[in-house]
Order: sequence, then structure tokens, then C-alpha cells
Amino acid sequence: MSLEWIIKIIEMYWPMFLRGAGVTLLIASVGTIFGALVGLLAGIIRTIPMPERGAKKALLKVINILLSIYIEFFRGTPMIVQAMVIFYGSAAAFGWDMDPIIAGIVIVSINTGAYMAEIVRGGIISVDQGQYEAAQAIGMNHIQTMLNVVMPQVIRNILPASGNHFIINIKDTAVLSVISITELFFQTKTVAGNNYRYFEAFFIVSIIYFVMTYAVTLILRYFERKLDGPDNYSMVGHKQNNETQVDLAK
Amino acid sequence: METVIDIQRLSKSFGSHEVLTDIHFSVNKGEVVCIIGSSGSGKSTLLRCVNLLEKPSGGKIIYNGENILDDKHDIHLYRRKLGMVFQQFNLFNNHNVLGNCVIGQMKVLKRSKEEAEQVALKYLKVVGMDRFVNAKPRQLSGGQKQRVAIARALSMEPDVLLFDEPTSALDPEMVGEVLKVMKELAGSGLTMLIVTHEMEFAKEVSDRVVFMDKGVIAEEGSPEQIFNHPTVDRTREFLKRTLQ
Ligand SMILES: Nc1ncnc2c1ncn2[C@@H]1O[C@H](COP(=O)(O)OP(=O)(O)O)[C@@H](O)[C@H]1O
Ligand SMILES: [Mg+2]
Repeated sequence: MSLEWIIKIIEMYWPMFLRGAGVTLLIASVGTIFGALVGLLAGIIRTIPMPERGAKKALLKVINILLSIYIEFFRGTPMIVQAMVIFYGSAAAFGWDMDPIIAGIVIVSINTGAYMAEIVRGGIISVDQGQYEAAQAIGMNHIQTMLNVVMPQVIRNILPASGNHFIINIKDTAVLSVISITELFFQTKTVAGNNYRYFEAFFIVSIIYFVMTYAVTLILRYFERKLDGPDNYSMVGHKQNNETQVDLAK
Repeated sequence: METVIDIQRLSKSFGSHEVLTDIHFSVNKGEVVCIIGSSGSGKSTLLRCVNLLEKPSGGKIIYNGENILDDKHDIHLYRRKLGMVFQQFNLFNNHNVLGNCVIGQMKVLKRSKEEAEQVALKYLKVVGMDRFVNAKPRQLSGGQKQRVAIARALSMEPDVLLFDEPTSALDPEMVGEVLKVMKELAGSGLTMLIVTHEMEFAKEVSDRVVFMDKGVIAEEGSPEQIFNHPTVDRTREFLKRTLQ
């Protein structure tokens, strides 16, 4: 009976599942963070206003074209294929013997970065021009405006998409088993093969995947609420006659 | 009288569309100048050229004896001397009311947090928003937002405060509270350049009124002269249309 096997498999193999889940979480979380940073950088570069002329304009154009190629290529090919190309390609071309986990992080990062670049661009555009101008009118330069006004809002805007991508990455690292990364799916295949108990092993792992993704969903929701602050505000002091006379003439 | 900003032969084109032509005018210290004129006449563009949110196509802007349109001039240094209040408020949504008034002081004027908060509170009091320091912009009404925006500009202690139709995006019942604050500021000796459609307000607070039409200054003078004895036909027609 299956239930007995499920219990038996858990009893015998829980360290393997745990290690697999650990590797999966490691690759997915580090890959998502690096990917978000790559996307942030790419998105910022793609929204730099085009200089009117000169070498700067040419340089920015070239960089933008390279970024477009990167974004379109990685969004337009399956991650499983990218994993093969990067892992075996780096071995063939440079003789690198990449640690599979590092290779996994790299692949997830560039993949996520390609998606996040577009999301960041949207996040920047959605911070209205007026706030940018108000910061400029106060005397902030481009970098100060970006750091103090635009980026905090962009990060808030892209948080749901980043979380979504984290969840996708937890699931999609399963394809990295093709380059022998011992993540959760790889471990499950081993367990299943050892006992010829495919249904039970994969049933267990489906629960593990779900627990991981659902936990991430809850954590992210908590953070979003925290970032938004309280829904109401407290008034300070007492209402009074506001006839404060201030001499503004200088 | 000391001139704060002197604009000479200013022009601005968007592509082949010339929006401002040969603008001459100046703002003196302590003066309140209102710019009136029909929609599309170039009032916002002029204001935005004054603080270089738009790059003028030609002419000079003399500030402190120097032409700030010279390439060598640091526009960020110049801009901190001018405050701007926008039609759409443009508060920073990631900061609360106090943060909106503090961030520029700290980052641009390099004031300490304590000093910046003190200054911010002083001006939030002036606009009657000191009790809302903890509120986020999205929690405020339009009139409250605009008063915070005025406090934000005042907190930078600028030489001149520019207003671009500060009440045009407000519900009618909120126009009064913003105009009241602006009247107090005008009475306190602040130098102000105001684009407005509020003719009664302009009549009351201005030292000088500038009437713009189709990208040129058609007429300029005391409120008494512009509103009661306009000499130019276009001014008369505009006033007849708006005052009825
Ligand atoms: N960024 C822009 N690009 C092209 N045309 C513009 C731009 N900004 C303003 N204009 C044009 O300049 C003219 C004056 O506009 P504006 O200064 O906003 O007028 P006002 O503030 O008096 O209503 C209008 O014809 C407007 O369409
Ligand atoms: Mg306008």
C-alpha cells in the first residue's frame, strides 16, 4: 500500500530530501537576488535619457543594443537548454570545470535578470515624471533623485514580480538536474529509482515544493505590507490657532 | 530695487514649434508677480525654463549677475535657489509629510537630520500641516498635498518660489485653503512668481501682473493697470472672457 511506502521513504530518505530542498532554495534565492540586481542595473541603463549627441550617445546606444539581445535571447530560450549550453559550453570553450551549484546560480541569475530588466523598466516608468521633476527642482542631481525618490518606489513596485520569480525559480531549478545538480528533483529521482516507487517519491516532493513556495508567498506578503506602512496615520500635537508669524523675507 | 532673476530675449521651441518668443522680464526681490493668460500661451513653459526643467532655445537668464545658461554653470546649484510648486503637487510617494520636507535639505543642502526636521516643522506650521508629519501623500486630500508641497519648497529656503497653477488640480472647496497660505506668504515678503487662473487672487496679491498670449508677453503692469485699464486689445478680450 502506498501510504506505507510514503512513510517508509520519508523515514529512510529524509536527509536526501532535506539536502535537495536546501540546494533548491539556495540556487533559487541567490539566483533571484542576483537576477534582480542584474535586472535593476539593466532596467536603469535602459531608462537613462539619451544624450543629445557625442560619444556618450554612441556608447549608450551600443550598450542598449547588447542589453536587448541579452533580454530577448534569455527570454526566448528554455532554461534547460541554457543550462546545457553554459555548463558544457564553458567546459568546452574555456576548459572550466564549473561547480554545478555555481553554474546553477549563474544560469538562474541571468535568466531572472532578463525577465526582471523589463519589469524594472516598467517600474521606473510607473514612477511619474512629476516626482522626478520635483526632485530636480529641489536641486537633486540624477543620482540623488534615483536613490532617494525613484528607486525606493521602483523596488516597492517590482517586489511582487520578484517574489513571483522567486517562486518560479524554486520550481524551475528542477530542470537543472540535467547538469547533475543535486537539487530536490535530482534527489527525488535517485530515491524513486532506488525503490522503483515513483508515485510515492514524487508525491512527497510535490508537497515539499508546495510548502516552500507557499511559505515564500506568505513571507513576501508580510514584507509588502510592512513596506507600505500603516493604513492610517496619527496626528501630532493639538489643533491650535495657526497664526504663527514667520518672517520669510531674507 | 534688487533684481533676483533677469530674463533676456528668452525663446523656446519644441522642434519647429516656437512656444516662447523674445521674452524679457525680471523679478525683483520681495516682489509677487502673477502670470496670466489663456491655456497654451506658454506660461508653464516659461516657468519651467526659469528653473531649467526645460532648456531654453535662446536668450539669457541672469541670476546674481551671471548667465546661468552658460555651459560652465552648475544647474543643480542654481535650482536649489528656486522653489517650485506644481499643479499636480508631485509629492514623493515613498516619503511621509515630514520626509518630503526633509529629504532635499539633507541631500542637497547637507543639513543634519535634526536641523532639517526643525526647519521642516517650522514651514509645515506655516502651511498648517504640522500635525500631519506622519501621513503618507496618498492619505491626504489635494489641498493638503499642495500645502505640503509648498512647505517642501519653503524648507529649501529659496530666493524665489515659482508656482505653476497651484490650485488648478484642486476640487473647488480646497482652492481657498491653498490661496490663503499663498496670500500669507505673499504678505511676508517672499519673492514669488505665480502662474494662475485665479484672477481675484492675482488682483489682490500681485505687485505686478504679466499677461502672456501666444508665446509673448503682451502686456505687463500693476494689477490696477492690467485689470482696470488694459491697453492691449488681447488683454481686454482675455479678461472679458475670464472675468464674466
Ligand atoms: N514638451 C513639449 N513638447 C512639445 N510641445 C510642448 C511641450 N510642452 C508644451 N508644449 C506646447 O507649448 C505650448 C505652450 O504650452 P504651456 O507652456 O503648457 O502653456 P500654458 O501653461 O500657458 O497652458 C502649447 O502649444 C503646448 O502644446
Ligand atoms: Mg500650464
